[in-house]
Amino acid sequence: MVEGLGGVGYIASRRIATALYMAVNLQKPILVEGSAGVGKTELALSTARLMAKPLIRMQCYEGLDESKALYEWKYGKQLLYTQILKDRMGAALADAPDMDAAMERLHGMGDLFFSEPFLEPRPLMQALRHDDGCVLLIDEIDKSDEAFEAFLLEVLSAYQVSVPELGVVIAKTPPLVFLTSNNVRDLGDALKRRCLHLHIPLPEAALEERIVATRVPGIEAALTGKLVAFVQSLRTLDLRKPPSISETVDWARALILLHAKDLEPTLVRDTLNVILKFEQDIAAVEPQIVELLQRR
Amino acid sequence: MQHTLEEFLRALRAADVRVSPAEAIDAARTVENVGYADRELFKDALCAVLAKSRDEVGRFDNTFETFFSRAAFDLEPPPPESEGDQNPSEAAGVAESELAQMLLRGDAASVAQAMEAAAERAGVAEIRLSTQRSRMTRRLLDEMGLAEIERIIANARKMPEGQGLAERLDRGRRALLDQAKAYVERQHELYAAGSGKALREEMLAKKALNADGGIDPVDLVMMQALVKRMAKRLADRYSRRRHTANRGHLDVRKTLRKSMAHGGVPFEIAWKVKKVDKPSIVAICDVSKSVAAAAQFLLTFLYSLNEVVDRLDAFAFSGRLIPVNAILDDNGVEGAILKVLQTIGFQQTDYGRALQDFAENHLDRVDRHTTVIFLGDGRSNFADPRLDLMHLIQQRARAVIWLNPEPESYWGQGDSVMHRYERFTHVAKSCNTLGQLERIIEDVLRTYVPH
Repeated sequence: MVEGLGGVGYIASRRIATALYMAVNLQKPILVEGSAGVGKTELALSTARLMAKPLIRMQCYEGLDESKALYEWKYGKQLLYTQILKDRMGAALADAPDMDAAMERLHGMGDLFFSEPFLEPRPLMQALRHDDGCVLLIDEIDKSDEAFEAFLLEVLSAYQVSVPELGVVIAKTPPLVFLTSNNVRDLGDALKRRCLHLHIPLPEAALEERIVATRVPGIEAALTGKLVAFVQSLRTLDLRKPPSISETVDWARALILLHAKDLEPTLVRDTLNVILKFEQDIAAVEPQIVELLQRR
Repeated sequence: MQHTLEEFLRALRAADVRVSPAEAIDAARTVENVGYADRELFKDALCAVLAKSRDEVGRFDNTFETFFSRAAFDLEPPPPESEGDQNPSEAAGVAESELAQMLLRGDAASVAQAMEAAAERAGVAEIRLSTQRSRMTRRLLDEMGLAEIERIIANARKMPEGQGLAERLDRGRRALLDQAKAYVERQHELYAAGSGKALREEMLAKKALNADGGIDPVDLVMMQALVKRMAKRLADRYSRRRHTANRGHLDVRKTLRKSMAHGGVPFEIAWKVKKVDKPSIVAICDVSKSVAAAAQFLLTFLYSLNEVVDRLDAFAFSGRLIPVNAILDDNGVEGAILKVLQTIGFQQTDYGRALQDFAENHLDRVDRHTTVIFLGDGRSNFADPRLDLMHLIQQRARAVIWLNPEPESYWGQGDSVMHRYERFTHVAKSCNTLGQLERIIEDVLRTYVPH
């Protein structure tokens, strides 16, 4: 599993690989937590690539409701259909002798109004209707409302949804579901219980070096070592937002662009804004750069 | 193995990792899937299934390590066989006791197994309190057959040629005692330590905060953690602006207006949307001498509230009133409390003066969306309570709530003007435990009805 993920450019720790393996085997959704930029979303993308299945992504936000997540009726089309129906109805019912016979015929015509052609599938529905299975990524679930979370429960535990007008839609092949969370709020126990839990911590130096080496191919090993050591020492400081993996990778890319061969204090100072995202953090780190560079 | 797994789940529950029956089933399926061969794999897989938050992962790791670690027994290897030894051991009845044989053979693995089995019979895992430890140890040893060993030792001592044997058995016995003690200790740590903490937290939430001597310094840290958790819980529920889903009720007026563009055909449908206000709170906290015991706690809560409610104006007073938002924002919780108390705390109370300060400088903070919370005992040292200002605040605010750390029977006694202030509040409640406080604050936040 680790190798497989490595093949598609994701360096996974053992715990990540185990959790993923369990998710596939137990057919349970997997809830990925961790601070921003440790590769939660990337894990889902890489898994989709590894399993060669399509990825359906749903970004959660406050106010997201089932009409945007699950399905919607194509209202405009329905409206046009009624207009046509109105015209045709007269012709179809013209030869009916009385009201009862007309009603009889009307019942026989079949209820097309709420049927598949008028259904506009949204991400969740799309994922359930994929015949060969797919990877469904529900991003930042903690940003959505509690009501939506409750609504997800049916989808996550039974891989089915009920559409009142049509009945229950059941997935032929259950999708592999990833939920990611930044811990903006605590998720409900019911949701947590239905998921496997995976917390991705900030990586250790060796792992991070491998990640940088994979993500930024042109970088020299010596520079990677220094860069990672510097970022690791930054994380020990008391910062508002300590740099995560994506920042390290961005920084490595920036250094490649600048043709840097070594970490000079001036260079670090100029590019500090790539890894630190708060003015206070930058101000706090700047005076210590030389010291941090020497410490290792 | 099924039994071991169940025991492990029980240990997890004791460590405050919530494991539901459904998760137990998952765990069993997991074990089927990954097997026991690879310890790390086993642990990671179980962790993914059972631990559901970052804290729980930490606790899971600890419990796993404690549960599945077995301290190796430290037994001396048997001495080389000599003919003389055979006699006394038979005479002393070693053959009757399996345990004695194990000890003499130095067979650590068997002894460990025997101890596990005995522990199960003795019900060591049922341990709940730290005071049960010595009794449990005794029971464990009894189950293992310590009495027999002692008898054998006594027998051997009587015989002149049995001294060596007695010595060796005695050493084995002492090692056994140590092991049993350690074993029970570990079981206690697994099953009981966590529940003890939970019990204490529960007690603390019910404890009166203005009790004699105030909050125990030992409890203070736990108290702060409790308050923080409580504030976070409240914030999770209430601090987000909520749109109730725009489904359900059709907004006929809007829909008709929009349909004009399509020749009266309602192509665009408008739904009624409700919005719920975020709470806006003005909190005024008394930190004078008379509430000294509760002040720290009130401030802790103020601090937590400040962290989670966006629109909170916090004030503190004893003689004069000052805004403390800046202090709360810039300092850690202990620092902030200390600083507030240093700046203004523990002086003579003067409610009239404080109200006047508030009315002169900060009255514009109070409008019809604001809830004003007073935290104080309403003891004004016989100074003018300035009821007119209180009335003014009541008229401007959406609600005025007074939380008094004293029980209701004390109100109006001595220099307390609580009953006179009470007329100008919507809710006045006695509140001197964490539990009460949480309930009241929840009520405050919930009354933000949609408009």
